[in-house]
Amino acid sequence: MELYHVEMLSAALFAIGIYGVLARRNAVMILMSIELVLNAVNINAVAYAAFLDPGRLVGQVITIFVITVAAAEVGLAMAIILRLYRTRATANVDEADSMKW
Amino acid sequence: MDASAVAFTFLAVLILGGALGVVTTRNVAHAALFLLLSLASISGIFILLVAEFLALVQILIYGGAITIVLLFALMLTRAEEFSNVRDNPQWAVAAVAALSIFGVLGGVILNNKLDTQELAGPSLEELGTELFTNWVVPFEIASLVLLVALIGAIILARASDVEESQDAGLASSSRTDTDGQSREGRS
Repeated sequence: MELYHVEMLSAALFAIGIYGVLARRNAVMILMSIELVLNAVNINAVAYAAFLDPGRLVGQVITIFVITVAAAEVGLAMAIILRLYRTRATANVDEADSMKW
Repeated sequence: MDASAVAFTFLAVLILGGALGVVTTRNVAHAALFLLLSLASISGIFILLVAEFLALVQILIYGGAITIVLLFALMLTRAEEFSNVRDNPQWAVAAVAALSIFGVLGGVILNNKLDTQELAGPSLEELGTELFTNWVVPFEIASLVLLVALIGAIILARASDVEESQDAGLASSSRTDTDGQSREGRS
């Protein structure tokens, strides 16, 4: 296992996540794709920390913060989606367009 | 091919297969389970990268909390719409964009192979010391972010009860047309 193997895995995961964000209509699906993107970044940070400069801990610390923010984001986003579903009876992002003129 | 390469290949297949499942399946519950598979396999990658604490955190927070929140929220909504979701008509554009991003990233990665040191990671003790000395302010801010997100999520999810019991207040901004008609009829 070399560094570029991990980097390629991370790039592939990132691209799949980007595809999901762009192609999905359902807000829950978009949220899951964002999780994939965040995890691709996490893998990259940990891999660089482990392979390039094992003495410094920044890679792992940053990953902990990314995971924290991801947890907060999922909680809030699910609350917003539930709210949208109750008032609009849909969770599709292209139907929530009342702020569009 | 040594043991770590075999494990890495196995985990990479699981991760990418799970991720492809997330973005292609039409059932939201299946997508959440594919996401769980992908995220749990990523914790295996963390173990290969000598980051045991992060592997545990990954299982606990992503496998335990986030997937459960997603599935739980799906159960709170009526599920029939979520068993057959349709994609955007722009999915072909999305595929081209994703492939070109992967192409650019892959080209950069394969043309710039960095000099690596021997694989090593900090001990849990070092990580904890670092987190509570040099990173203590971001750590406290992160806890504040979690608190604000928690309260915000509760307020957002509870707002409909207020809306039903008293017809004044903030909730009126998100009212639908039928609600407005019934309010007019009452007054």
